[in-house]
Amino acid sequence: MSAYRVLVGCKRVIDYAVKIRVKPDKLGVVTDGVKHSMNPFDEIAIEEAIRLKEKKLASEVVAFSCGPTASQETLRTAMAMGADRAIHVEIDGKEAETLQPIHVAKLLSKVAQEEKIDIIMLGKQAIDDDCNQTAQMTASLLNWPQATFASKIENDNGSFKVTREIDGGLETIKVKLPAVISADLRLNEPRYATLPNIMKAKKKPLAKKKPSDYGVEVKAHQQVLKVEDPPVRQAGQKLETVEDLVVKLKDGGFV
Amino acid sequence: MSVFSNKTKQIELTRNRYPDLKKGPYADLTGQDVDYFSNLLPGRVLTDASDLEGSNTDWLGTCRGSSQLLLRPKTTDEVSKILEYCNGRKLAVVPQGGNTGLVGGSVPVFDEIIISTQLMNQIISLDDISGTLECQAGCVLAALDSYVSDSNLTMPLDLGAKGSCHIGGNLSTNAGGVRLLRYGSLHGSVLGLEAVLASGEIIDCKSTLRKDNTGYDLKQLFIGSEGTLGIITAVSILCPQKPKSVSVAFLGCESFETVLSIFKQAKHSLGEILLAFEFMDSASMDTVRDNLNLTSPVSEFPFYVLIETGGSDGKHDEEKLTAFLENQMSSGLISDGTVATESTKIANIWGLRERMAEGLMVDGYNYKYDVSLPLSKFYQLVDDMRDRVGGLATRVVGYGHVGDGNLHLNVTSPQYDEELMSLIEPFIYDWVSKYKGSISAEHGLGFKKRNFIYHSKSKSAVDLMKRMKLLMDPNGILNPYKLLPDN
Repeated sequence: MSAYRVLVGCKRVIDYAVKIRVKPDKLGVVTDGVKHSMNPFDEIAIEEAIRLKEKKLASEVVAFSCGPTASQETLRTAMAMGADRAIHVEIDGKEAETLQPIHVAKLLSKVAQEEKIDIIMLGKQAIDDDCNQTAQMTASLLNWPQATFASKIENDNGSFKVTREIDGGLETIKVKLPAVISADLRLNEPRYATLPNIMKAKKKPLAKKKPSDYGVEVKAHQQVLKVEDPPVRQAGQKLETVEDLVVKLKDGGFV
Repeated sequence: MSVFSNKTKQIELTRNRYPDLKKGPYADLTGQDVDYFSNLLPGRVLTDASDLEGSNTDWLGTCRGSSQLLLRPKTTDEVSKILEYCNGRKLAVVPQGGNTGLVGGSVPVFDEIIISTQLMNQIISLDDISGTLECQAGCVLAALDSYVSDSNLTMPLDLGAKGSCHIGGNLSTNAGGVRLLRYGSLHGSVLGLEAVLASGEIIDCKSTLRKDNTGYDLKQLFIGSEGTLGIITAVSILCPQKPKSVSVAFLGCESFETVLSIFKQAKHSLGEILLAFEFMDSASMDTVRDNLNLTSPVSEFPFYVLIETGGSDGKHDEEKLTAFLENQMSSGLISDGTVATESTKIANIWGLRERMAEGLMVDGYNYKYDVSLPLSKFYQLVDDMRDRVGGLATRVVGYGHVGDGNLHLNVTSPQYDEELMSLIEPFIYDWVSKYKGSISAEHGLGFKKRNFIYHSKSKSAVDLMKRMKLLMDPNGILNPYKLLPDN
């Protein structure tokens, strides 16, 4: 049984618990001085990759991130969880703001080819843009099968049996490798990075690259016109009696 | 699995568990009384027994009263009128906030009228330059913290009950919590308050000044008086700056001596960015693992330490913490641990410590103790208690604010066991008294510990307390059977 080489994508996003504020120019959200961390679904992807290594199904886990220099912190976290090495594609602040899944997918597919990757593991979507596109686009560019919204992965002799979370419930499919998999919430519970591993991670190799190293252009295709807060929720009204309720419903034209 | 599922049905009435305790010289509630209150607080008077069950019982499910009336005033004026009437009629009352107290101080013993601050939840003002928050006593602590965090401020206290406890209750119990190490006690951070005496007289000590040495500092009397000297109706409190970024380290330690060494080193290396320093023993970890299905971030150890740091410069703080941890690892003081900076991970790690009380409740009955001890004797009490109760207890756990010298010792059993209780008390109080500790570091005396006050306070002090109580509440209607000893 051959051991697979796994590439895991991780994105540095605004921490999930932070209260998001729209910038005064209404062209984006405030990111300066705001707490950032690894996209939660990417954490799940890293965890799954490491579990594959522990099961001896994977021989190497490579963490990948594109973005500004701070993305290296995210990669160190991935290595502290157990990834063997990392690749950082440096994209400066301005360009990172307009980076789209198609750009990331192009980079991922180039890296996968160069590094002879067998499995690309990604989070199903990033919590800042909620695109849910990168896995699908990457699979398409490589012409590989895809298993998205994975909530369970089982080895099946050179293929994977993946249970997917879909609207109707759960769907189990068989995917031949190499393949792209996107992780859903219930796939696993990511481990804590232990102190010894956090210290070891500092010495693990982190390659610094540029998009041009892979022949990929990351020019903006889109322009954000406006970012707004959702409408303020109106206060509810407490009514004393059922009769009051009926009157209100009639007034509102609901009855 | 709900900790409340078997709660009120099977809990013994306090007056049955303590048959020798007699109701004081108070009147019985009449229909006329209920009418008066119904007119004073239309729609905010509860008389139905099932509506009152939750308020008649404490959070731990160890004390249950039989009040027939719960009042929900909205203003200080209404509280004043309520007390004036009760004082005239000699009706006993229990002030009640979030009802999260752990010593039976927030629930009736007999049929005292419950005065709830649930509807006194208005925030009055926030000065974001001085950090002064003014609000009514019924504001929930977590709600206040959320409100002030928009102005980059934080409440100066934090405890596991924050989602339910009222700030008025926090003040009347002089609540401590996990951040006392950093922000000090409420005696320091409260700038002013407003309280109503038993007579209905409103005592206005409202102030937003950091410094005001004009006369006796009356607010200090009410802070920690557990509702026996007056009902606090409004508060002004100083909120510190919210740390820009917070990190939490969770470490495994081989011995309690290691815990103390790490504490000493942490103070030295982390000093001004140290926010909290908590410990738990392996029995505590078993509790949250077995009863709440929480996962430990580290492998098995006899002791665990939780260190939280935070300051105005995230990068700088992280470097400091990492350097500190690397030093401790290379010196061999710690062999395993984790560090978290993302909020979900931080919340999960804190959950191991903050949900301890909830986890213990699952065992059935919780004998809960909260003591202050010199650090040299700190954990010995837990070992001695474990030896003493033997197989009668489901478990004996020790955890708490080791940074403040405050140990939470808990024993559990499937249901209340007289024999087990007789082994625990007065042994634990005698033990603590021997080493000149406090029999109640932060939980207060309430109903459960009132008769052990002499273990930590002199007769002369208690006598003066009794004289003050008589002066401020001559009819003794405010929260009787609490705080002051029966004798």
